[in-house]
Amino acid sequence: MFKDLFRKQQKYITVHADTVAQDKGTLWIKCPECGEILYVRELEKNLEVCGKCGHHFRLSAPERLAITLDEDSFQEWDAGLEAIDPLSFPEYQAKLSSAQEATGLRDAILTGEGGILGWPVVVGVLEPHFIMGSMGSVVGEKITRLVMGAIQKKLPLLLFSASGGARMQEGVFSLMQMAKTSAAIARLNEAGILYISVLTDPTTGGVTSSFAALGDIIIAEPGALIGFAGRRVTEQTLNEKLPPDFQTAEFCLKHGLIDLVAPRQEMQAVLAHILSLHSGSQPGISVNS
Amino acid sequence: MLLDFEKPLVELENRIEELKTYTGEKGIDLGVEIESLEKRALDLKKEIYQNLTPWQRTQLARHAERPNTLDYIKMLFTDWLPLSGDRLFGDDPAIVGGIGKFEGRPVTVIGQVKGHNTKENLARNFGMTHPEGFRKCLHLVQQAAKFRRPVISFIDTPGAYSGIDAEERGQAWAIAGNLYAFAQLKTPLIAVITGEGGSGGALALGVGDALLMMENAVFSVISPEGCAAILWKDASRAPQAAEAMKMTASELLRLGLIDGVVPEPLGGAHRDPQGTAVNLRQELRQILQALQQIDRDTLVELRWKRIRSIGEPK
Repeated sequence: MFKDLFRKQQKYITVHADTVAQDKGTLWIKCPECGEILYVRELEKNLEVCGKCGHHFRLSAPERLAITLDEDSFQEWDAGLEAIDPLSFPEYQAKLSSAQEATGLRDAILTGEGGILGWPVVVGVLEPHFIMGSMGSVVGEKITRLVMGAIQKKLPLLLFSASGGARMQEGVFSLMQMAKTSAAIARLNEAGILYISVLTDPTTGGVTSSFAALGDIIIAEPGALIGFAGRRVTEQTLNEKLPPDFQTAEFCLKHGLIDLVAPRQEMQAVLAHILSLHSGSQPGISVNS
Repeated sequence: MLLDFEKPLVELENRIEELKTYTGEKGIDLGVEIESLEKRALDLKKEIYQNLTPWQRTQLARHAERPNTLDYIKMLFTDWLPLSGDRLFGDDPAIVGGIGKFEGRPVTVIGQVKGHNTKENLARNFGMTHPEGFRKCLHLVQQAAKFRRPVISFIDTPGAYSGIDAEERGQAWAIAGNLYAFAQLKTPLIAVITGEGGSGGALALGVGDALLMMENAVFSVISPEGCAAILWKDASRAPQAAEAMKMTASELLRLGLIDGVVPEPLGGAHRDPQGTAVNLRQELRQILQALQQIDRDTLVELRWKRIRSIGEPK
């Protein structure tokens, strides 16, 4: 089932990139940063990173899991959870349906457990193509269940964030998910369990201001947009010119907010390294077993 | 400062005052006319204030004359000792914090301050909190836990500040830090949204054992203007957005997202701050009494259960 999801995403890559053209049946994409023409299949082999300038394209949740976890190790949790539109918000149902159609997911997150070079983890990945990866009740609930599962199974928690923030259509329900996920992580902390937070492009608003910023170790992908407020809002706030690296991973590193920036090609190794430093035992054996 | 829907009432009230003055000066008895107008004014007042739309409540919540945190501190606490700083960077003028006595018992108070006029607002950054403000709150609530003092938190903010300096100092990290720490706080915390509860900037002072809203306060994940701009590319449709978002006290109580609504005197808190404070005092007294009987570990567990259940599928 998981492999089917990934196969569906292969077609979707070409639709969501900045420029897509079909030239004599060959599919290619133009890099939004350096303008280089990239063949889709080459880009895929390069983990969706531009071979010329290193621009990191956004990954769907299934793609992220495919390049991070050991093959066939992923077991999905809570697959059936779906949003209920608690405010009867205008056009929300339609938005949900089309997002489900486009991504193959029920909501903006995939959660479950798997292995990284043998190290067992509990893992969640936000889906940036599902209503901008926004956090509503389902994302909040799935993250909370994931955290509770990590505590129960004594496994490290790994969360990949990619989100425009709290989901407007669920109002204060979405806002409260910030409190809920943060409180869950406080409990994870009490239980002495590792939480690695990976910030990818984009990580903003209510997601950065809650669970994403609370990792024991916080890693970001190069050039990722990470911040609190939207760029336009910040520009308008004081009519100040924004520094060129404003709200990038590098900006966050400079200001002491994250631990390291890891290029996608190195991410799996970096994660395995961190996991090995937090466990006295061999891979394949869970801590405290 | 007059809101459009208050105008007819205020005009009527002014007319009544004129007649009273006229009676006094000329000695002509206009008692009957005055009484009839006063009855009409009361009916009009009820008609307006018992049928407020979410947008009208938003306007009341933002009213310049509405009692702010400093006003409530004066009306509710004695022996007030203001404290400063986050021990890291600076002192955020948008946040007031300190120790006082509530009916004889020491409490820690934190809150956002909006000004009553432009000068005050500029000094207080319109109640928009910087990271150092959130960290000041964190410092004070942790201190409160050490001394087993309850915390009363006053929320009144359009939102957390979104300038470059706020990003540099980790605005999102400061908010997340409060959400995380307040969840485990080993002392009772009661939060009241007195005016505007602007999203994460509000929630960062609001995680505790009871979340109250004043009757005409509002609480939302984005401002109605922001919501309208996103949904319909038209910020002037804010009144419609306010309807859609369910941001009023009564709606949020019905949805189970807050724990109580504190009634305001007819006409809104700005027309009778003392009367409003009396109502809030009663609520706080009752809730504090109940919370102080619970041992601190159980308090944290109950807090978790409450938060855990929001958005949980039934």
